[in-house]
Amino acid sequence: MDDYILEMRDITKIFPGVRALDLVNFKVRKGEIHCLVGENGAGKSTLMKILSGIYPWGDYEGAIYYDGELKKFSNIRESTEAGIAIINQELAYVPEMTIFENIYLGHEIMKGRLINRNEQIIQTRKLLKQVRLDINPTTKMSELRVGTQQLVEIAKTLSKSAKVIILDEPTSSLNEQESTNLLSLLRELKRDGVTLIMISHRLKEVVSIADTITVLRDGKTVCSLDATTKNVDEFEIIKYMVGRDMKNIYPHRTEKKCDEILFKVSDWSAFELKKRKNVLKNLSMTVKRGEIVGIAGLMGAGRTEFALSLFGNVPGYKLTSGKIELEGKHLRLDSPMDAIRAGIGYVTEDRKVNGLVLMQDIKFNISISNLSALMKGVVIDEQKEILTASKYQNDLSIKSTSVHQKVRNLSGGNQQKVSLAKLLFTNPKLLILDEPTRGIDVGAKYEIYSLMNQMVAQGMSIIMISSELLELIGMCDRLYVMSDGEFTGELQREEFSEHRIMEMATNIRKEI
Amino acid sequence: MNTKVDNERQQPGILAEMRNLLRQNVRNYAMYIALFVIFILFYFLTNTTFLSARNLTNLVNQTGYVAIMAVGMTIVLIIQQIDLSVGYAAGFFGACAAILMAMGVPVGLAILIVLLFGVITGAIQGLIIGKLGVPAFVTTLAFLFIFRGLLSMVTEGSGTVVVTNEFFNNISNGFLPKVFSIWGKHGLTLVVFALMMALIIIMQIKKRQEMQRYQFALISTPLMVVGIGFLLLLLGWLSFSLSGYNGLSWSILLVAIVTFIYDFVLKKTRLGRYIYGVGGNREAAALAGINVRNTVIFAFASMGMMSALGGILYTSRLRSATPTAGAGFELDAIASCFIGGVSTTGGIGKVVNSVIGAFVITSLTNGLNLMGVGISYQYIVKGIIFITAVAFDVRSQGRKAI
Repeated sequence: MDDYILEMRDITKIFPGVRALDLVNFKVRKGEIHCLVGENGAGKSTLMKILSGIYPWGDYEGAIYYDGELKKFSNIRESTEAGIAIINQELAYVPEMTIFENIYLGHEIMKGRLINRNEQIIQTRKLLKQVRLDINPTTKMSELRVGTQQLVEIAKTLSKSAKVIILDEPTSSLNEQESTNLLSLLRELKRDGVTLIMISHRLKEVVSIADTITVLRDGKTVCSLDATTKNVDEFEIIKYMVGRDMKNIYPHRTEKKCDEILFKVSDWSAFELKKRKNVLKNLSMTVKRGEIVGIAGLMGAGRTEFALSLFGNVPGYKLTSGKIELEGKHLRLDSPMDAIRAGIGYVTEDRKVNGLVLMQDIKFNISISNLSALMKGVVIDEQKEILTASKYQNDLSIKSTSVHQKVRNLSGGNQQKVSLAKLLFTNPKLLILDEPTRGIDVGAKYEIYSLMNQMVAQGMSIIMISSELLELIGMCDRLYVMSDGEFTGELQREEFSEHRIMEMATNIRKEI
Repeated sequence: MNTKVDNERQQPGILAEMRNLLRQNVRNYAMYIALFVIFILFYFLTNTTFLSARNLTNLVNQTGYVAIMAVGMTIVLIIQQIDLSVGYAAGFFGACAAILMAMGVPVGLAILIVLLFGVITGAIQGLIIGKLGVPAFVTTLAFLFIFRGLLSMVTEGSGTVVVTNEFFNNISNGFLPKVFSIWGKHGLTLVVFALMMALIIIMQIKKRQEMQRYQFALISTPLMVVGIGFLLLLLGWLSFSLSGYNGLSWSILLVAIVTFIYDFVLKKTRLGRYIYGVGGNREAAALAGINVRNTVIFAFASMGMMSALGGILYTSRLRSATPTAGAGFELDAIASCFIGGVSTTGGIGKVVNSVIGAFVITSLTNGLNLMGVGISYQYIVKGIIFITAVAFDVRSQGRKAI
C-alpha cells in the first residue's frame, strides 16, 4: 500500500572519532513532503549528503533504494541524473550571470556545438512560471533578493527534471512573507508529483506543511510521525528532538520594570551612496534600562543597517541626521571602537561572515574585542586571558574541550555563544543582537534566551533584531516595526500579535 | 581506576604519539622535515661538501636577506595582502645606502636614513591599499615599476657603486670577533649558542608548567625530551661546525634578533592579535573595534623597513650596489613564507617557520650550485618543490576541515 520512492536502510557513517549516523532508517513516500528535523549535529545534513552522493558509496554502511533499485551514487552528478536534487542552505550560484545562464550552467541546451541561448531563455521563462516568478530571465542573479534567488534555485532543479528535491533550511534567510510564498509553492510542486524532503529548524513551518516528519537525534532515527492521519504539534516534535519535555520555548522572566531611559536615538537618517536613496528615515527610539526592545521587519527593511550605523560602522552610507544619547550623554560614534568604548555592543547577524575568526580558538575570539583589559605592560597576559575565557565558557556553558579549541569546530549554538561572550567581555550597557538564534537548534536557542534574561536582570539593555516573529513576541518587552527604512509602529507587550506586526511590517496601513 | 586510565593512555607508545602529533601538526613540521631531507640528500650528492663548516657559513650568510624579507612578508600575507615591490625596493634602498656612504654620510646614519625611507614608502603603499582601497597586487606592482625606475635612475651615472666601508661590508660578510678560544674553537660562538640552547630549555619548561597548571593536553614527557633533545643536538652540531671555521656571522645574528622581535610581537602583543584577527576575518575584526586600516598600514610599513634591511644585507654581501640588484627577491620571500606554512588564504602563519622556509630555498640553490646544476634547472627544481610544498599544505588543511 505504501509507495516508497526512497528508502535509506541502516545507514551508518563514521567520521574520525564520531559516529555521525548510527543505523538510520529513512523512508520517503512518492509525492509527499517529508520534513527532517533534529538539533544541530543530529546528522540531518550528513544523511542528505549521503543521499546526494557527496559522501560516495563505500564511505558509509547501509543501502539506498530509490524507485525500488539499490543505488550506489559515487558523486553528486549520478544522484542528479537519477532525479535527486539538493538545494543547500548557502545557495550556489554565479552572481554576475543571468538567471537563465545560472539555470542551465553545466547542462546547457546546445544547437550543434554552440549554446542555444534563445531556447534557454524560452525554457527558463516556462520554469520561472512554474515557480510563480514573473521576472525577466536575463536579469542578473546578484540583483535578486534572497527569496527570489531561492525560487530560481528550485527552478534549476526542475530544469534537471528532478523527482526528489532536498531543501536544506530553505527559509532560514527568508522573511515571513517570502517563507509563506515558498511553502505554498512547495505544496504546488507536490501536487505536480514532485517528492520533497525539507530540513528545517522552523517547527511551525514543519507542522504546517509536512506529510511525514522524521526526527533524528544524535545520529539515530527517533521516530517518523505521520502528520496526515494525526495532528502533530510543535511541542511534540521538540519533545522527540531533545528527548525531554520542553513546556516553554521561551524561559520565564521576572519582570523588573525600570523607567530610566538608558538609550535614545532621535531623528536618525542615512543615505546609501551606491543606490542613491535614503535607507534610514528619521528613526527615533528609546530603550529603558533592563529592557529588551525588539525590531521587527521584513528582510531589506533596513534593520541591520540601522544597527550597524548605531554601532559606528557605516561603510557605503552617509548619516544625514540624528543624535544618540546614552545615559543622558550625547555620543558621537565614528567607529565600532568608539561604540564599544561608550558601552554599546553589537552581535552580528552572521557569525561566520563577520562575527568570528573561525580558524582561531575560543580565547582568541573572546579576548579580541577588549585586549586592553588583558595587558601586562606591552604584553598580553596569557594567564589572565585563559582565565577570562574560561569564565565565559562556564557562564555561557560553551561546550568544548578547552578554550584552546578552534571556533571552526564548534556547533552553531556554541559559536553563537562565543560571539556573545566576545561582546559581553567589553562590559556593554546596551547590547544589540542581530538575529541571535539564526541557524541554531532549539536547545541552544533556549540557552541564548535564558542568557538574555540574565543579562537584562543584571541591568543591561538589549535591542533584539529578529525575523522570527514568535521569538520577538516571546522575548521582548516592547517592539518597533520597521518597513522600508522607517518605523511603522511601536507595540507594547500587551499589544503583540503576529497579525499586527505583519500588517505594520508590510505597511498595509500606517499607524504610529 | 586512575592507574588503569593512565596505562591506557600510555599504551600507544612514543612512536604512535609521534605519528599522531606529526599528523596533526603537519603544517608546523613540514618545512623542518623538508630541510632535513634536503640536508641529508645534498650531503651525499655533494660528497659531504654541503655540510662542511665553510659551506654552512656560506649558506647561512646567503639566506640573510631572503630571511629578513620573508619575516616582513609573513605579516603581509597573514593579513591577506601581498607585496610585489620588495625586490626592487631592496635593490633601490641598498643603492641608496651605498650612494649615501659614497657621499660621506657616516655609515650608521646612512643605515638609519635608508630604514626610515623604507618605512615611509611602505606606509605610503599601505595608505593607498588601506585607505583608497586599491588592491595590494596592483599597488605593489606599481611600486615595483617605480622602485625599478628609481634604482636605474640612481645608478645611471655610476653603474655599480662600490662600498668601501668595512663596518658596512662586515654586516653580511663578517663574523663575531674571536675574543677567546674553547678547545681551539671560536669561543664567543660557542657561548652564544650555549645561551640560545639554555633559553630554549627554560622557555619550553616554563610553557609546559603553564600548560600543566591549566590542565591542557600535553605531549608526553619522553616525547618532549626527544623533541628538545633533537633540536639541541642540531644546534650543538651547528655551533661546533661553525665555531671550527670562522664562527657565527653577524648576519645570522641579525636574522635571529629580527625573527625573535617579530615572533614576540605576533605572539604576545595586542598588535599581533590584531594582525591575526584582520587576517582571519577582516569584517569580524572591524566589528570587534580593531582599526583594520592602521593594521594594513603597519604591515606595509614594516615590510618597507624589512626590504630596506634586506637591501642593506644584500649590498653588504656584494660589497657593492648594482643596477639590477633585487630582481626576483620578492618571489623568494613569498615562496619562503608559503613553504613555511603561511596560509594562502591568510590568517595563519609564523615568522620562525618562514625563516626556515627561506633556509629551504637557499639550501636548494646552494646545494644545486655545489652539484654543478645549471641555473635553468635550478629554477625548475625550485618551482617543483614550491608547488609540492603548498599542495601538501592545502591538502593537509582540507583533510582537517572535513
